[in-house]
Amino acid sequence: MPNFIMSYLGSTVTPGEAGNQFWALIYVFIIFTGVSVAVMAMNWLERKALAHFQIRLGPMRVGPHGLLQPIADALKLMLKEDIIPTEADQFVFWVAPLIGLLAAFAVYTVIPFGPSQAVSDMNIGILFMLGVSSLGVLGVVVAGWASNSHYPLIGALRSSAQMVSYEVAMGLAVVSAILMTSLNEQGTGTLSMIGIVQAQQRQGVWFIFKFFPLGLIAFVIFAIAMVAETNRAPFDMAEAESELTAGYHTEYSGLRWSLFMLAEYAAMIAVSSIAVALWLGGWMRPFPNLLHAPVWDFIFSLFPALTFFGLAAIAVVGVVRMPSHSFFRIQRVGLAGFAALLAFIALLLLVIAVAGRSADTSLAARFREGIDYVYWFVLKVAVFMYLFIWYRATWPRYRFDQLMRVGWKVLLPISLGVLILTAIVGVVAS
Amino acid sequence: MNPALNSAINASMAPVATPFFFYLLAGLAIISGVLVITRRNAVHSALALIVTLLSVAGLYLMLYASFVAGVQIIVYAGGIMVLFLFVIMLVNIERSSKDRQFNRMWPAGLAAACALMALFVTAFVKGKALFPDRMISLSESSNTQQIAGMLYGEAGRMGEYTFAFEIASLLLLVAILGAVIMTKKKI
Repeated sequence: MPNFIMSYLGSTVTPGEAGNQFWALIYVFIIFTGVSVAVMAMNWLERKALAHFQIRLGPMRVGPHGLLQPIADALKLMLKEDIIPTEADQFVFWVAPLIGLLAAFAVYTVIPFGPSQAVSDMNIGILFMLGVSSLGVLGVVVAGWASNSHYPLIGALRSSAQMVSYEVAMGLAVVSAILMTSLNEQGTGTLSMIGIVQAQQRQGVWFIFKFFPLGLIAFVIFAIAMVAETNRAPFDMAEAESELTAGYHTEYSGLRWSLFMLAEYAAMIAVSSIAVALWLGGWMRPFPNLLHAPVWDFIFSLFPALTFFGLAAIAVVGVVRMPSHSFFRIQRVGLAGFAALLAFIALLLLVIAVAGRSADTSLAARFREGIDYVYWFVLKVAVFMYLFIWYRATWPRYRFDQLMRVGWKVLLPISLGVLILTAIVGVVAS
Repeated sequence: MNPALNSAINASMAPVATPFFFYLLAGLAIISGVLVITRRNAVHSALALIVTLLSVAGLYLMLYASFVAGVQIIVYAGGIMVLFLFVIMLVNIERSSKDRQFNRMWPAGLAAACALMALFVTAFVKGKALFPDRMISLSESSNTQQIAGMLYGEAGRMGEYTFAFEIASLLLLVAILGAVIMTKKKI
């Protein structure tokens, strides 16, 4: 058994490519756990960050600085009564959150956390991601209809109109990025997510900077459209509290409601991953070509450990600044334990980075590489996650006609123009 | 499984439990297809149709036609069916489900179904003579490029289906223009 595991850890292909169902299952399990934890962390961060934007404290009671709040929320939602309205269409009401959840999690099979750190490398990767994530709208529409109530129905109608409209601009922006993969070389164009990142590696440029400003414009269009696709502020027309109570999930409660929330956040992470893989170089660290000496490799591989040391330091500051009243003793011990855990992880990462600093094929070096890839990918996605919170705190909600005008009359023509210009520049350049 | 197929597939990419998934997907497609025409509630019919389309996409995947499967999901399940649901949701389901359906055409429908069935049976019986013995290409990694070659041509020569493809896009353009003209009172 250990031999089997060791032989796999040395492998350089994805489990899907190797045809290994066992490792594919392990990867699926790891990704599912990771995404669920990320959603909980995101939930906490969103409440805290929003509160600080509005000069409030946010959750402070459950655990130090409300760190255990997501767990308390999850427990509450699980114990809460799961109401199905009598007038609702029982079966469709029951199945709607599952559609959204399945669509949101299915796309994680092709997200490239690294050249071999993905469940599978499909030939049609990006097409699969766009297609399956567009199924998410079905969950919203069906939930709104099955509730048999006015607010959910209006929310569902708005949401489906919005998502269908913005999918067009989004798809065109993605196509212009795909065009860039095949430039200068015959037959290198690809739809595979790993292939797209490798094309950026080969051409030595992130696609956001390619054909400046064409890549940048396509990226901005995608970044706007993906906020609308995930129904987030300022485009959260489907659940505008002031107009529609809670939009399509007004009639939902308890666990079933929390599935909608999980699906929304998972979809946010998924679309951010598309943006990162297509325009921001995926798993690549900054300046892989400019600073390519082994010493730079080593310096950049220290970043994961440094990040965790930084988090541990923040937690230590929290411990020191905790009021000295006996009421806070448990919180202080808990936070100190959390800081110790973070420091331990940082130490582990540091040991791996130092042990695997030589660029050979030893297990430590392979580990170090894998951690680097996943770290840079996750860091880039995390920036997008923070941007989602930032948008929500900063911009007022659009009106529906404004939203439609932006989608059809601004984003669509611009993305068509960018697509045509990218093709022309590509032909001229090669 | 026939030996030609076996040797054509790279050993590491050998598919798993192929008959199981085929019968699962085919059965799902047929059952939900029947549900589409038997449910009185239009939204239930639409949902069943989505299941049918998705299982057909799965069958395409089993034929190593991943691009077709992806397009099937994007265009039909993600695009057209959402618009279908969008319209159906605005219909008063309770009243329309009590309405008498347009079922005076059932003899014609039955005849069409029988003709289609006869076609399928013929194709099944004569399959050996009509189709090549083995699949022409199983290369999953260049599937998309091959489709592009057929549609747009490659290396300066027109593709096999370029003309038909362009005509079809012209047809779609006319349909779009028609929709715009019908909804706009003055242009």
